[in-house]
Amino acid sequence: MNSVRFWGTRGSLPVALTAAGVRQKLRAALREANGRVFAGDAGIDAFLDGLPFAAAGTYGGHSSCVQIDTGGPEFVVCDMGSGLRPFGQAVMARRAATGPQTFHVFQSHLHWDHIMGLPFFVPAYIPGNRLVIYGGHRELEYALRRQQERPSFPVDFSIFGAELQFVELEPDRVYDIAGMSVRALLQRHGGDSYGYRFEAGGKALVYSTDSEHPLGEADHLDRFIEFFRGADLVIFDAMYSLADAITVKADWGHSSNVVGVELCQRAGAGHLCLFHHEPVFDDAAIDAVLAETRRFEEITRSGAPLRVSAAYDGLEIAL
Amino acid sequence: MPITSRQYADTLVAAASGRIDHVNAPRFEAELMPLLAQAQTRSLGLVLDFSEVDYISSGGLRVLMIAATQLRSQQRKLIVASLYSVVAEVFAISRFDRVLTIAPDVESALALCSPEAAAAYRSTPR
Repeated sequence: MNSVRFWGTRGSLPVALTAAGVRQKLRAALREANGRVFAGDAGIDAFLDGLPFAAAGTYGGHSSCVQIDTGGPEFVVCDMGSGLRPFGQAVMARRAATGPQTFHVFQSHLHWDHIMGLPFFVPAYIPGNRLVIYGGHRELEYALRRQQERPSFPVDFSIFGAELQFVELEPDRVYDIAGMSVRALLQRHGGDSYGYRFEAGGKALVYSTDSEHPLGEADHLDRFIEFFRGADLVIFDAMYSLADAITVKADWGHSSNVVGVELCQRAGAGHLCLFHHEPVFDDAAIDAVLAETRRFEEITRSGAPLRVSAAYDGLEIAL
Repeated sequence: MPITSRQYADTLVAAASGRIDHVNAPRFEAELMPLLAQAQTRSLGLVLDFSEVDYISSGGLRVLMIAATQLRSQQRKLIVASLYSVVAEVFAISRFDRVLTIAPDVESALALCSPEAAAAYRSTPR
C-alpha cells in the first residue's frame, strides 16, 4: 500500500461551502495580508500556505469515499458516498492511457450517504470495466439497485455497462483481495456497519466509520483495540463530541475524537485521521476539533506520539 | 482510589483521587454507585471533589454522566468541583463542561446546591 486519498469525508449529508463562507475566508486572508504586495503567484501561494487551513482551504463536503493506492493496477475504494463522483472523473481523465479497469469497493454499510455516489460514477457505465463490491450486508445488491429505481432516480441499474459483482464478506475472516489481506469487523451502527483492516507490504490501514463505541463494554473496546493494533493509519468516525455521543446522540451510531485517541493509543497505532465530519461544522469548527484532539493526545500520551490529522476532500496520506 | 464522603445538610461531598483511566474507571464506578444510591435514597445532592484527581478518561466521564442523569431524574444535582488544569482541559475537549455543572471549588459547588449545604460547610472545621 502506497497511500490513501480522501474523495469524501463528510458524515450523513454532503455539504457545500457557501458564498458567506468564501467571503469569510477572503476577509481573513486580506486582513492577514494587510496591504502586502506579492511577487507573482509563487509569493501568493507562499502566503496562503502560512494561513490556517480554515482560512486558505476547506475540508470539503462530499460524503464518504476513500481510495487506497495499493501500488497495483486495480483501484480500491472504501464506500461510495458522493465523493465517488470526483474520484470517477479523475479516473476517466487518465482512462485513455490505461484501458479497462477493475474497481474493488468495500462498503461500510448501505446508508444513503455511503452509496449515493454510484449512480454518478462514470466508470460504471463503461463496458469492459469491472466493479467488485464487497460488504457484510446480505442486502448489498438490493440496496444499490433500489436507490436507482423509479421514482427515486431516472436511470435504472441495468444501464451500467461495466460488469458488477457483489461479494458478501464474513466478519473476522481474512481475505486476499487486490494484493492485500482484508478483514472486516462488525461495528455498532443502526442496521450494522463494518470496519476494514487492510494489510500489505508490512503496512496496515484501518477504515472504521459509522461506528459507535459503548464505553461500558470492555469486550467491545478490546475487539477494536485488537483491530487497530499497530496500524499505520486509522480512519476513524469522529463525528460528535464525546459528551454528545453518550448523551443526546447515544445510539446514533457514531463516535468522538476523544475515543479515537484513546483506542489508537491503547492499540499502538501510528496515525489517527478524524473522519465523517459533522455536516453542521464549518471549516473553523473542524480546525478547532483537530487542535483540541492534538492537545488531548499530548496530555494523555504515555508512549510514542500518535499523529492526529483531520481528513479533507483531496487529502493524500502516504503510508 | 477509595472515595471518601461527608454530608453537609442536604448534600453529599465525595472526594475522588488519582487517575480515573480505562483501568480504574470500573473501580471508580463501583465506589461511586453506593454513594449515588445513598444520595438518591435520602434525596441528597452530590458534589464530587476532584481536587486530587489527576486524569479522567472517557470511561470515567461516562460514569459521571450516569450519576448526573440518575440524580437529575430526582431533581437533584451533581456538581463536579475543583478540577485540576489538565482534567479541566479533558472536560472542555470532550464538551463535558457543557453537560455537567462544574464549580471552581467545593464551597461554590455547595452554594449551587443549597444555602444550607454551603452554610454547613462553612461552619465545619476542616
